Amino acid sequence: MDTTIKKSVTPDVMLTSRLQKIFRWETFLILIVFLVCVMNSHLSPYFLDPWNLSDATFNFTEKALIALPMAMLIIAKEIDISVAAIISLSSTLMGFVAQMGAPVYAVAFVGILAGAACGLFNGILVTRFNIPSIVVTIGTMSLFRGISYILLGDQVVRDYPDGFEFFGQGYVYWVFSFELVLFVFFALVFYWLLHRTTFGRYTYAIGNNPTASYYSGIKVDKHRLILFSLVGVMSGIASVLLTSRLGSTRPSIAMGWELSIITMVVLGGVSILGGSGTIAGVVLAVILMGLVTFGMGLLNIPGIVMTIIVGVMLITVVSLPVLITFYKNKKAKAL
Amino acid sequence: MLKRFIYSREGVLSLIVLAMFFGVGIMSPEFISLTNSISIFNDTSILIMLALGQMLVILTRCIDLSVAANVAFTGMVVAMINQYFPHMNMALLIVFCLLIGALLGAINGLFVWLLKVPSIVITLGTMSIYRGATFLLSDGAWVNSHQMSESFIGLPRYEIFSIPVLSWMALAVIIVAFWAMKFSVWGRNFYAAGGNPMAAFYSGVNVGKVQFYAFLVSGTLSGLCGYLWVSRFAVAYVDVANGFELQVIAACVIGGISIVGGLGTVIGCVIGALFIGVVNNALPIIGVSPFWQMAISGTVIIIAVIANSTSDKDKARIILRKPDETMDSAQAH
Repeated sequence: MDTTIKKSVTPDVMLTSRLQKIFRWETFLILIVFLVCVMNSHLSPYFLDPWNLSDATFNFTEKALIALPMAMLIIAKEIDISVAAIISLSSTLMGFVAQMGAPVYAVAFVGILAGAACGLFNGILVTRFNIPSIVVTIGTMSLFRGISYILLGDQVVRDYPDGFEFFGQGYVYWVFSFELVLFVFFALVFYWLLHRTTFGRYTYAIGNNPTASYYSGIKVDKHRLILFSLVGVMSGIASVLLTSRLGSTRPSIAMGWELSIITMVVLGGVSILGGSGTIAGVVLAVILMGLVTFGMGLLNIPGIVMTIIVGVMLITVVSLPVLITFYKNKKAKAL
Repeated sequence: MLKRFIYSREGVLSLIVLAMFFGVGIMSPEFISLTNSISIFNDTSILIMLALGQMLVILTRCIDLSVAANVAFTGMVVAMINQYFPHMNMALLIVFCLLIGALLGAINGLFVWLLKVPSIVITLGTMSIYRGATFLLSDGAWVNSHQMSESFIGLPRYEIFSIPVLSWMALAVIIVAFWAMKFSVWGRNFYAAGGNPMAAFYSGVNVGKVQFYAFLVSGTLSGLCGYLWVSRFAVAYVDVANGFELQVIAACVIGGISIVGGLGTVIGCVIGALFIGVVNNALPIIGVSPFWQMAISGTVIIIAVIANSTSDKDKARIILRKPDETMDSAQAH
């Protein structure tokens, strides 16, 4: 029921809907995840150790928390490039509050609140002035990170209160870390929000045709504002986790994360043109990227080589469906 | 004519840049000296060339995030060629870097043209691939100034009429771009393809092919800038120009290139780049810490796009406005 809305805008959007008839993206991703697991356990005997796998989740949970609302935002035909800068600004403000001697929960609260404020700011700029979100968020990306640089300069904040390290380093039960549990919780929340509520239906509708949605009574701008704020809140939460895990704040924190978060979303089968995609796909893509990078880490492959592989994955994944459809059409013509 | 220029986006923008330039000049008079003006232009030359390439891409409703990675890769390749064959002809070397850049741009363009994959996805991928390839090629090692030949480092600094070759190159690119975008059919096609792809298609413009050309030009210019960057700073390493793609896009946005395609001028683009150049050069002079630079350029981008969206009639979104607003703007015109 989720992606059956027919699209009739441009030919290339039609291609993706044809693909959905050939095979479901999610099944394909499950296959790859399985394949990567088999490969990894072959390559390293330590891979299947539960503590090892638990460690692997720290690689992606923070980014994944932002990928969830980002998927909804991209489905609604918008994008937010400023997420990593929001992390930086929230982290900076948390650092300041912590230095003033605030208790643990106040520090975390300030981080989330700062994230929400940044998201709201993006949303207001996009909806109030009718500016494409990619431009707004390129601007706010410089602005948010710039404020961090003004406030911190080349300083590092390290004095966080005792107990703050629980958010990023603590375990809830056995190998299940607080970060992992939080991610599973939010994955379920966003699944419910996108696939089981009218809010989710409206998100698809807006992504498919904003004009038609507006005329059918959906409050398009208000909807976008909420989505941007959601992205901000989740960035704030990710900032709390990351700051707590690293135990320090510097202005260059989470540099370049916006691109890997968008990569996760696109890899998860969310169309960058809006209107289609599922939370299940995003979660699978997140796990896939986490496993691939962790497996390569076990093999001592340098991080920058991993980015090549992720880049190739991204391009293959988006061009494969198009190639398959071309091939199918050719075959149909030959018959 | 003059009145029209002053009321246009480019006019307002150049007035802002001039006001800023002379404003700083009041605080420290040597800032507005001829030598310093030349050096500001020289500092901004690479940004100008990359922004002009990016302009073509944005005009056709695409975006090229891989320019900085292209700069790093090409720069590393030519630096290594120079390291192992120090006596190679400089002209040949420049042809090399143009070709490598063009090849990397063509890869982006072919995906967009033939497979119709959204450009933001493709260039996001090639960005990490090109940057990673730079690492594989160099094994993470640096090519330092003492490993480069004198002519390799000297060429962009060589002065003709006391203006460095680097600036002359930027001037040449600006003039060619201005001519092409204003007077050649080839250049006008970029506006057509981005302004209304469907109409362009029915009037015989191959939109995909035009997008391919945009990426090809952007890649070629990035290749040239790869050499210029490496020789200017006399060092080649993996992180060369890291994050520069966003400054390039920022220059275009400040310069009034509409991100929804089809709108923007060469002059606007150049002034947008100069704006960033003047800010970067002025901050240390008026005693502001360079840590302010990012926040200032961010604020400027936001103000520029807000000004843009309120002054231009945004055709793509006008239908989403409330009916009374549409009426107001219709009456105003």
